[in-house]
Amino acid sequence: MRGASLARGAITAGAFTVLTAAPALAQTDAKIDPADTAWMIVATALVLMMSIPGLALFYAGMVRKKNVLATMAQTLAVVALCSVLWAAVGYSLTFAGAGAVIGTLDRVLLEGMTPSTISPFAKTIPEALFMIYQMTFAVITVALVAGSVADRMRFSAFMWFAALWLIVVYVPIAHWVWGGGFLGQAGVLDFAGGTVVHINAGVAGLVAAYLIGARHGYGHDNFAPYDLSLAVIGTGMLWVGWFGFNGGSALAADSRAVFAIVSTHLAAATGAITWMALEWWTRGKPSVLGMISGAVAGLGTITPASGFVLPWHGMIIGVLAGVICFWSCTWLKLRCGYDDSLDVFGVHGIGGATGTLLVGVFATPVLGGASGLLAGNGRQVLIQLYGIVVTMAWSAIATAVLLKAISAFVALRVDRQSEIEGLDVTQHGEALQ
Amino acid sequence: MKLVIAIIKPFKLEEVRDALLGIGIQGMTVSEVKGYGRQKGHTEIYRGAEYAVNLLPKVRIEIAVAAEDADRVVEAITAAAKTGQIGDGKIFVAPIDRALRIRTGETDADAL
Repeated sequence: MRGASLARGAITAGAFTVLTAAPALAQTDAKIDPADTAWMIVATALVLMMSIPGLALFYAGMVRKKNVLATMAQTLAVVALCSVLWAAVGYSLTFAGAGAVIGTLDRVLLEGMTPSTISPFAKTIPEALFMIYQMTFAVITVALVAGSVADRMRFSAFMWFAALWLIVVYVPIAHWVWGGGFLGQAGVLDFAGGTVVHINAGVAGLVAAYLIGARHGYGHDNFAPYDLSLAVIGTGMLWVGWFGFNGGSALAADSRAVFAIVSTHLAAATGAITWMALEWWTRGKPSVLGMISGAVAGLGTITPASGFVLPWHGMIIGVLAGVICFWSCTWLKLRCGYDDSLDVFGVHGIGGATGTLLVGVFATPVLGGASGLLAGNGRQVLIQLYGIVVTMAWSAIATAVLLKAISAFVALRVDRQSEIEGLDVTQHGEALQ
Repeated sequence: MKLVIAIIKPFKLEEVRDALLGIGIQGMTVSEVKGYGRQKGHTEIYRGAEYAVNLLPKVRIEIAVAAEDADRVVEAITAAAKTGQIGDGKIFVAPIDRALRIRTGETDADAL
């Protein structure tokens, strides 16, 4: 498949050269592979769908009725705001240049990006496509953090947070792991975002939950979800969209993308089954919330590993995700007393860290050339640990500093009365009827 | 005139309505309410967070009848709404001072 398209490309380039008598060194569309491009366009749409309406539905279904619209507003605002900021400056700082710590400003406002330029990180698709694919990752990472502070964060403060966190926290980590920065250089393996997306969002959410404080009435009031059917629909979109999230991270329409999709799907499946089994065993009944939580846990945990491991590894990773995330959302959260409203840390933070570490165990050279512990390279586990620790440290510290700075100008939390009345009506002037 | 107020289990509404039609009662007001008595609620668990739900859904029926019909109405509702399980509900009979049909202006007995 790749050989045929390369041949096609070479013939096109040759014909172009002959027809125009121009030097063959000119950068042409010859490198851009139509199959890769078509798949990546679809993958981009799939990942965007994971944010809107996937995550919007997933989160909104789990909060109380009075906050449903406000929760959706957070996702919508992030998509709008962070898309613009990513195109304006985020993409450049993450993926332009060869700095160890941060990118350059070469691509600010997408300067210099033409229909024929390519990124060194994705040589067979248009650079604009690589840029917008990465945009959908940046956007959903920011949107994920909102889950930890659901039901109580002031919308204006949240918008400031979204804008600044993208630049100060997401961009550096994405550069370090994917943009040629020091973590990638050190050999940290993260196929689709265990560190950049899940650990990052999870830890930031935990820090935010601690700093903002628990919801009024947490621990004694009835916080039952408004409509879990919305959350189930959202989960479906996340699960299907993840085919683009992990499959698209191959940046090509090839077997590696397929293997990533297969491992991803199996991890979601075993994650759901495991959580369901644990609830059945410990509570006597398998809940729908448990099934979707298990699925998402599996999906988040396989994310860094999906392009490095075999499908049956994916099944195991899904089971481990189900067990570990179940434990962290029930025992750990209650024990430590934080109000991470929608379990961003419990599912994405812990799951992402678990998955990133497991890459070091299961990575097989058959896919992508990297070896883990089982393939004889135990050192990879240590390298993965290094990546996890650096990500957690930067996410935690930078998020804390950012929130403190923002709180000096605008209160992070709504006042007590507004929280009781609900964010829909107090922050947005709207209500579900 | 009397106002018969019945709190019943929601799934019994159709049976009660049919029973009342059977004795010639043609109108009622129905509202969905929550409440508890001796019937305990249930526990819901969401990812480790347990909530005791003590308010159970019930249906409240109000029927305005002539005083002499009140007993028949109470018997009809009781027979239709009873399951024998805790939580079947209660019926109250309260006096009505005045009644008026809005469309025609008819009052008291003519309004029922």
